[in-house]
Amino acid sequence: MDDFLVIEKVTKRFGAVRAVDCITLRIACGESFSLLGPSGCGKTTLLRMIAGFERPDEGRILLEGEDITTLPPERRPVNTVFQNYALFPHLSVEENIGFGLKMAGVERGEARQRVARMLELVKMQDQRAKRPAQLSGGQKQRVAIARALVNQPRVLLLDEPLAALDLKLRQHMLGELHAIHQEVGTTFIYVTHDQGEAISLSDRIAVLNAGRVEQVDTPARLYEAPGSHFVAAFVGDANFLPARVLEVRHEGYVRVACEELGNPLACTALPLSAGQQARLMVRPEKLLITRERPEAGERVNVWAGTITDVTYFGAYLRFVVQAGETALLVQMANNRFASSGTVPGRGERVYVSFHPEEARVVAADSQG
Amino acid sequence: MSRRRETLLTLPSLAWMLVFFAIPAGLVVAMAFRPSDLRGGAGEGWTLETLRTVARADYLPVVWRTVWMSAATTALCVTIALPVAFHLVRVAELWRRMLLLLIIVPFLTNFIIRVFAWKSLLHPEGLLTQALVRGGVVAEDALLLNNAGAVLLVLVYTHLPFAILPLYAAAEKFEMPLLDAARDLGAGPLRALAGVWLPGVRRGIVSACIMVFVCTLGQYVIPQFVGGPQDEMLGNKITQRAFGDRNLPHASALAACLLMAVLVPMLLTALWRRARGKEAVS
Repeated sequence: MDDFLVIEKVTKRFGAVRAVDCITLRIACGESFSLLGPSGCGKTTLLRMIAGFERPDEGRILLEGEDITTLPPERRPVNTVFQNYALFPHLSVEENIGFGLKMAGVERGEARQRVARMLELVKMQDQRAKRPAQLSGGQKQRVAIARALVNQPRVLLLDEPLAALDLKLRQHMLGELHAIHQEVGTTFIYVTHDQGEAISLSDRIAVLNAGRVEQVDTPARLYEAPGSHFVAAFVGDANFLPARVLEVRHEGYVRVACEELGNPLACTALPLSAGQQARLMVRPEKLLITRERPEAGERVNVWAGTITDVTYFGAYLRFVVQAGETALLVQMANNRFASSGTVPGRGERVYVSFHPEEARVVAADSQG
Repeated sequence: MSRRRETLLTLPSLAWMLVFFAIPAGLVVAMAFRPSDLRGGAGEGWTLETLRTVARADYLPVVWRTVWMSAATTALCVTIALPVAFHLVRVAELWRRMLLLLIIVPFLTNFIIRVFAWKSLLHPEGLLTQALVRGGVVAEDALLLNNAGAVLLVLVYTHLPFAILPLYAAAEKFEMPLLDAARDLGAGPLRALAGVWLPGVRRGIVSACIMVFVCTLGQYVIPQFVGGPQDEMLGNKITQRAFGDRNLPHASALAACLLMAVLVPMLLTALWRRARGKEAVS
C-alpha cells in the first residue's frame, strides 16, 4: 500500500534551473509525509505539481494508480492549506469553509452539516460569522485547514502552514495538526524548512536539496543515521570532523583517523574502504563532558579539551570545547551536573567522550 | 495621533477643496437664482424665474441621452479595463511599465488634438474608414462620423485610463494566491475569477465607475466634434446657454442640476460605505 501517491521521475525546469530534478517518491495512504529542505530546494514546486498549479516537464504523478499529471487543480481530489492561508477576505469563516462544497454542487443541507462538523473539529464554532480580517493567525490557520479538509480530499497538502505564526502558537498548532491527522486519517504532505516541525509531525521525511532527494526516512533514522553530510547538517545540529578511514570492521563499525584527535571508532551505513576520505559526525547531545578522564575502553572515544564558551538554555547547557584545532559543540542536560554539584566553566580542562554507536561516518563529497 | 494634529494635517487639502471646489460650485448654484441679463451677465436681485424656465424647456431627451451615454461608456470602459488590469499585474515588470506608459502617454497630448485625430480617422476619407472599407468591414458609403456610435467610441477611448488606473491599483493589491485557493477548492478558471477576483477588486470597480461616469456626464467637446446634432449631451446645452445665448443664470441652473446629480449619489455611497464599514468592524 506504499503506492497511494506516486511521484515518478518528476522534473520541473524554470528557465535553465532544474527546480525539481528527477524526483521519485512513494507515499502511503494515511501517511504524514514531509518535504523538508532549505528555500529553493524545490519542495514548494513539488507540492504545487501535486496540487496541479504547475505541470512537470518530465515524469508522472499517480494517485491511487490514476495518472493525474495533467489534471487541472479543480479536478484533483487534493486540497491545499496555503502559506499565509489565502482565506477569501470577502467571505465569512463559514462561507470560506463551504466554498469547496458549493463549487462541487453539494446539496445545501448536507453542506451546512459538513461545515458544522469541520467548525467543531477545528474548534471555531463561535467564530463562524466572522471575516478572516477579524481572526488571529492561529484562527486563520484553523479555518484554512477546515476549508481544505471539508472536501474530504484524498491528500491534504500543507505549504509551510506554521511559518506565519509565532513560536508559542507554532508549538500549539503543531500539537493540533497532529491531533487532526490522527482523527481524520487523511494522507498529509507537509512542506517545511523547519526540521523541528517535520520531525514532530511526520511518519516519514524526504530531505530535499537542490531539486533532488537526499534521503527518505523516518525522523528517528534521519536524525540518528543520516546518509549524507547535508542531511546530518540540516536535521539537527552536528559536529563534523574531517576523517580518513583506517579500518572497516564488521557490523558497520569503522575506525577513522581524525588528525590530532586520534583514531575514534564510529558507525556507518556507507560501503567504505580503508584510505577513503569521509567526515565524522557527532550530535552535540551525544557528547559527554567530564572532569575526570573516563575509562578508555575499546568502545569509548575520549578527547581532551578546554571549554571556551558556555551558554545557559534552562533545561540544557551548550558548551564549546576547543580540542586541538577543532571547536566541538556539546549539549548537556542541566540535571547531568546535579551529582557533581557545579557546572564546568570557561577555561576549565575537561574530557569529551562518546560511544562509537553515537558517531557516524558520512560521505565527505556531498555539498552543504 | 492627536485629533488636533489630524485636523492640522487635513487643512491644506480642505483649503484646496474650499477654494477650487466648494466656492466655485457655490457660485454656480447661486448664479442659478439670478435673473438673466440681456448683455450677457447676471442681473441684480434674486429670482426663481430661471429655474422655472429650465423646468419648462424640454431637456428630458437630452438628460436621458446624457445618462444613457455615460452609463454605456462606463459599462464599456470597465468591461475593457477589467481584463487589462488583470493582465497588467501578471506580466513581467518591464512589460508592465511599458504598458502603463502606453496607457498614460496619450494623456499628455492635448485632449482637443486627440479628439480631432479621431475626427480625421473616422472621416469618410480618413485612414480608419478607408482601411475598414478596404478590409470589407464596412460598406463604401458608411458614415462613421457624426453619429452616436462615434461619440460612444471616442468617449470610451478618452475615459478608458480612468477605468484602467483605479482597477489596476485594486488588482495590484489583490492576493493572487486566492485564485490558486479557489482553483484548489474546485472552481474552474472563470468561476475563480468571478467568485474571488471580482469581489477582491470591487472597490476598484466602484472607483472606476464613478470616475468614468462623472467625467462623461459633463462631456460636451466630444459630442460637438464627432457627434451629430441629435447626439448632444447636457454639457452641450450648458455651453450653448453660456456662450451662444449669453444666458449665464440658465447655464448655471443646468450646471447645478448636473452637479447635484453627481454629488447626491456620491454622498449617499459614502454614507452607506461608512455605515457598512462600522458594521464590519464591530
